Amino acid sequence: MIVNIILLAFLLTTAVYISRITILFGAVMIYGIYSLLCATMFVVLDAVDVAFTEAAVGTGISTILMLSALSLTGSRIEITHKRKPIMALCASLGLGAALLWGTSDMPHFADASAPANLHVAPYYLEESSEQIGIPNVVTSVLASYRGYDTLGEVVVIFTAGIGVISLLGRTTRRRED
Amino acid sequence: MTTFLGLLNYWVVIALMMTGLYIVIAASNYIKKIIGLNIFQTAVFIMYISIGKVSGGTAPILTGQPEIYSNPLPHVLILTAIVVGVATTALGLALIVRIRSAFGTIDDHDVRESVNE
Repeated sequence: MIVNIILLAFLLTTAVYISRITILFGAVMIYGIYSLLCATMFVVLDAVDVAFTEAAVGTGISTILMLSALSLTGSRIEITHKRKPIMALCASLGLGAALLWGTSDMPHFADASAPANLHVAPYYLEESSEQIGIPNVVTSVLASYRGYDTLGEVVVIFTAGIGVISLLGRTTRRRED
Repeated sequence: MTTFLGLLNYWVVIALMMTGLYIVIAASNYIKKIIGLNIFQTAVFIMYISIGKVSGGTAPILTGQPEIYSNPLPHVLILTAIVVGVATTALGLALIVRIRSAFGTIDDHDVRESVNE
């Protein structure tokens, strides 16, 4: 519980710092730290598969992609304009207050009798070793019970890949002309 | 005190989400907007994983002994969401590179000005 609270405090600090910093390289690096803190948070919350996916994909690939975008666009600092973002502050504070109000009737953290933990999760935990035969329940749900979700994920990645190739392939061709 | 500890995760998640939203709206640089979007996204991930945590539970890997496990279903959903999130980040950054080659800047304010001219 204490580790949980300390990690949440670190996450909040890094997120607020990213919103203040104007050096883009620094913002990307601190985003990397934020993402690793998230991965640590997932280990504390028993989600080990999610933690190493976040550490490899969220921290590694995202940071590399952002650094490549920084070098391709050659931008270093965010230009600060005189217009103060009061509207943005009002919108996020208002929405935040509404969401805080919404948490008042949520089941408490780590509650075993919360509705989310009662429906299909016990079925997966009890039956998967017999039906699928893999000790890791996350793997058997991902690949078997919810295999169509994973198929949809592959479709999304394929579409995004086509999008990236068609967007970036064009720029290089134009430079050659 | 129990309410405070029981809902603290969700409150911090909301604070993180709103920080991300603020960055998306207020930042003028497109790469920083993408970072804000990613912060919003990871806040949602933490919320899902927090919902799946069961007190006294361990990671849902069956050992044969009777144990309490955390809920594996949110883990599966978030595994999918992380990978989809990186795909959208890559697409957004590719769009930014194209904007840079078309307008010569990746600042929202400057792009709007050159569109209006």
